[in-house]
Amino acid sequence: MEKGRDSRIRWNLLFLVLLAFSGCQRTQGGLSVVGSTSVEPFAEALAEEFMHQHPREKIFVQGGGSSAGIQAVRTGAAEVGMSSRNLMKGESDLISIPIIYDAIAVIVHRENPLGDLTLDQIRKIFSGEFTRWSEMGGKDKIITLVTREEGSGTREAFQTLIMGEKEISLGALVQDSNGAIRQVVSDDRNAIGYISLGLVNERVKAVKIEGIEPSVENIREHRYKIVRPFLFVFTSEPRGMAKEFLDYILSPAGQNLLVHEGLVSMRTEIDRPQVGKR
Amino acid sequence: MTRERFLERGFLLIALSSISILGLIAFFIFVEGVPLMWKTGLESFLLGDRWYPSKGSFGIFPMIVGSFWVTVGALIVGLPLGVACAVYLSELTHPTLAMVLRPMIQLLAAIPSVIYGFWGLIVLVPLIRESLGGPGLSILAGSLVLGIMILPTIISISEDSLRALPRTYKEGALSLGATHWQTIWRVLLPAARSGIVASIILGMGRAIGETMAMIMILGNAAQMPHSILNSARTLTTNIGIEMGYATGDHRQALFATGVVLFFIIMGLNSLALIFSRKGRA
Repeated sequence: MEKGRDSRIRWNLLFLVLLAFSGCQRTQGGLSVVGSTSVEPFAEALAEEFMHQHPREKIFVQGGGSSAGIQAVRTGAAEVGMSSRNLMKGESDLISIPIIYDAIAVIVHRENPLGDLTLDQIRKIFSGEFTRWSEMGGKDKIITLVTREEGSGTREAFQTLIMGEKEISLGALVQDSNGAIRQVVSDDRNAIGYISLGLVNERVKAVKIEGIEPSVENIREHRYKIVRPFLFVFTSEPRGMAKEFLDYILSPAGQNLLVHEGLVSMRTEIDRPQVGKR
Repeated sequence: MTRERFLERGFLLIALSSISILGLIAFFIFVEGVPLMWKTGLESFLLGDRWYPSKGSFGIFPMIVGSFWVTVGALIVGLPLGVACAVYLSELTHPTLAMVLRPMIQLLAAIPSVIYGFWGLIVLVPLIRESLGGPGLSILAGSLVLGIMILPTIISISEDSLRALPRTYKEGALSLGATHWQTIWRVLLPAARSGIVASIILGMGRAIGETMAMIMILGNAAQMPHSILNSARTLTTNIGIEMGYATGDHRQALFATGVVLFFIIMGLNSLALIFSRKGRA
């Protein structure tokens, strides 16, 4: 019995040691990139490609939210912060570099006769003030609102870029991914939702906002305004590996990778995204 | 130390470890969840009807109501079907046929819930949307699917309790001139009451705990539902749909939702235990 306990303790110790090591690895050697959960999947794809080209380098990408990322950069816990919102007043001591842009499209069913909404109408629809399509000249049907869950970066962006102070109605259906929202909207004639522009496909219709179509040209010309930048945040001019990684992202290869994921590059030589790829 | 004692202790250790896992989970949920309930105030957490975690409003009353209605709906669908099926299997069918049917019913329990959810989403939801209106993602769709999901629980426990009745009950009733149907309705079902009630309560526990299928077909609106065609959110789906990006107070609020669920499930299981003990006594 005594012996059994001894060996158990030893196993436990081994486990703890392994756990400690696995924690250490993150901080030892390599670049840590922390922040927005909206940017995270793209940063991971970029890091993977970068590490493939530079097998000796290590990049650790971690989520946590834009504010957490900015905080991590400031305290030195991470070299690079990811943010899917612009820096606020108190954060102006930091350097932010936009790596790519993400547009949000408001989508309705293909057969919805309405194709153009004003910002005010969208606000009133999503806050629950307008409940029927007829209030905007459509059919006399109850609007099915579809939104993302609380905590989602896309919802946060929609809230700040369109809703402002108004809250999204609690009666809205909640789906936990862009794809699920697209699915609901493509099935329900009376539905309206919002997703990343890159995920709009032929099964749904992206409405014009204030008469402006969400197209790559309109985004580059700053006409379509429902756009958020994905930022990399640094405390000082990036150097060393952080600079190498940033340079890779801003290079045509990095930008192309992001554009293929449905984001919009401001560099005009980069192809327009293949809408509806996913 | 004898070999036997060694084995005995070994098994005790294993048994304790599974209980301690339960204890650990409960401890963790409470440590994470209770501070937020304290901070928000128990009353405004349980009875508040505004769920805007990013703005600091944590009211889960709509989710409690949602769980309640979906569960009641599931019972309305599953209870008559389940008990009728149990009566059929134990009393009315040929034993050979029952031997074929029983494993098939058990198979219902083996289907992963995501398959039920997917089926509901593809078949039931459009059907409800086209024929009854509304978004289709609704309490009605959720109740129908859950009602099917709890069938195996209700059928197998009810059937066991019917078959466990002494033969003399049936023989006595028949010899007094009661028909087969009168025997089932007036004698056997009342006698097996406690087992059937236990099966209902365990079915309710299953219904309240179901998450994946409900995320897919309830629509998850965090609003007080007004009709069975409305979307709703249950306690489990509240955790399931928002855990991905939740941080800070929001994350704690999800754990607090777990605390509420924990008490509900504990209550239901204790009730089931009480009823099944009463049946044996």
